[in-house]
Amino acid sequence: MAGGIISSKKSFNLIRFFLQWEWMLVILIIAVIVVNSIISGNYASINGLMDATMVFLDKSFIVLTMVFIIIMGDIDISVASNIALSSVVMSVTHSAGVNMIASMLIGLLVGAGCGFINGILVSRFKELSAIIVTLATMSIYRGIAYVILGDQVVSDFPDWFSYFGWGYVGNTIIPFMLAAFIFFAIIFALILHKTSFGRRVFAIGNSQESSRFSGIPVERIKLIVFTLTGLMCAVSAIFLTSRLGSSRPNIAQGYELEIIAVVVLGGVSINGGKGRMLGAVLALFVIGLARYAMGLKNIPGQVMIVAIGLLLIFSVMLPNLLKKIKISKIY
Amino acid sequence: MKSDAKVLPAGKINWSNLVKFRELGLAIFIILLCVVINIRNDKFLTWVNISDMFLDTSILSFMALGMMLVIVTRGIDLSVASILALSGMITGFIVIAFPHIHPAFTATIGLLLGIFFGSITGMIISKGGVPPIIATLGMMSVYRGITFIISGGRWVNAYQMPDSFRNMTRNTLFGINNMIVIAIIIYIIFYYFINHTRTGRWIFATGSSPEAARVSGIKIDRILLLVYMIMGGLSGLGGVLWVSRYASAQNDTAAGFELTVISACVLGGVNIAGGSGTVLGVLLGSILIGIINNALPMIRVSPFWKLAIQGLVIIIAVLVNVFIQRDIRRRNTLLRKI
Repeated sequence: MAGGIISSKKSFNLIRFFLQWEWMLVILIIAVIVVNSIISGNYASINGLMDATMVFLDKSFIVLTMVFIIIMGDIDISVASNIALSSVVMSVTHSAGVNMIASMLIGLLVGAGCGFINGILVSRFKELSAIIVTLATMSIYRGIAYVILGDQVVSDFPDWFSYFGWGYVGNTIIPFMLAAFIFFAIIFALILHKTSFGRRVFAIGNSQESSRFSGIPVERIKLIVFTLTGLMCAVSAIFLTSRLGSSRPNIAQGYELEIIAVVVLGGVSINGGKGRMLGAVLALFVIGLARYAMGLKNIPGQVMIVAIGLLLIFSVMLPNLLKKIKISKIY
Repeated sequence: MKSDAKVLPAGKINWSNLVKFRELGLAIFIILLCVVINIRNDKFLTWVNISDMFLDTSILSFMALGMMLVIVTRGIDLSVASILALSGMITGFIVIAFPHIHPAFTATIGLLLGIFFGSITGMIISKGGVPPIIATLGMMSVYRGITFIISGGRWVNAYQMPDSFRNMTRNTLFGINNMIVIAIIIYIIFYYFINHTRTGRWIFATGSSPEAARVSGIKIDRILLLVYMIMGGLSGLGGVLWVSRYASAQNDTAAGFELTVISACVLGGVNIAGGSGTVLGVLLGSILIGIINNALPMIRVSPFWKLAIQGLVIIIAVLVNVFIQRDIRRRNTLLRKI
């Protein structure tokens, strides 16, 4: 290689550019919108679409950090329980007489604390997989929420609190939730793709052993990512509680399935080391808009849950089967 | 090594000793716990309560055996409660439509339905290459959703069921309730299957080291499929017994039961990283869970504590397992140095 320069950037290739998974998701989004506006008249109005985002964005804040976790090769199935616990603690402290802003901060602290506990357990006990740890904390967190609130409902929030779930930015038609989501999405996309922290997350997902040997503080990065996930659970809890106008221990049941399905559908490899934030965000809009449309057509939520379960399985299975076919063609 | 062949090529003396010690320790802990609970409420250690407790634990105890095999192959099955509910619901409808079916036939239908549902999950995992956690998380909601869809949100109620079906779990054989008899039979079959048949040992070999198992000629994808089929079959049987016992089939039957089954395994010393687990350990783990569930209302703990306690029990049990393994590894390295 006399004088040869190996370019660190891939040369731009138009075909490869359009063969990316993200374009597939864009097509899916357009297909969902077109099909729905054919079925139900004024679906495709810009106002309607803006409002539709509010229906599914509340849980979406966790998707952003779940991308980090799955790229690291881990998984967190305690997120839905964490939402319930943060929401319950936030509303109980408020109805006990604490200022709403202070109790929101307490809720954020509880969420981050739960994430921190997950992170400590996963990083300190390397023998334990994240599956079993978060499976246990899933029932602990929701269990504590039940212990605190029993079968009661808290709904005495101040009027301004509903702004999070129902408000718009200024006089525009952009929902506050959408603006907040875009803000967080840009921040986490930059962290994942443009910082050394993000590169280290990818490195851990590719090979935990070699990352450790090359001096990456694997334990600390895992701890930070799980704690951030806990924090985003609490952020989701604020939006969801505001949206529902009440808090119960059984809110957000089953959300972990949807969040993981969105991330996997977004092209993030479940084995770790591969994925992009944009894909996950686009997948979120595919599933969210499809679900909203089914709600408009009065299709029961159970059908959607079956569809999401199948979608999750097929989006993991498809690349494997394609690989098998390719291998059998070569040999 | 005649009866302790449960741990795969044990070889190391202290390993099998520790496993035995673990089960003895668990048994002593159970006895101590019973004594303490009985001091708080002297109705706990009565014959009626104990037989009730075994009755309520029987479904859990044999489903935990299936889960043990799944965990031994380094997998996990979160869909068991949904398979239980779906098979229970379908057999419930069958019983309403054909009230004169013999209960044994109904139970067989449930078993076969479960095997069928389990084989779908197994195919997705073994042929599709989907990680077990993703596959079973997905199938959990698929089966649960189908339960809602086919029932249309309705329940199968006690008055719709024929007496023969309801009495299936109330009649006794030699003075022992049928459900307990079924559990005992399954335990005997499993003990033989796991320790004394080739396929049983292959399951453990697959879990200990998939690579080595593949090289030595074990067809791993068949073993995986078999394991999920067994798990599905046991869940399906559990579904029929559940519907008969509680005399109703609902959409949210046994919701969250998968956690109970997994915690019975983990408590019984089944290594979550795969490769080891014993029938006796799973039995003791199930009994411990049964005692906790039965004793909480008796010592006046609010039922809202149940979920949190269950999670805590899982995390404590896996942490104890980790510390035992670390101890073993330390001793092994010490032995090697000498």
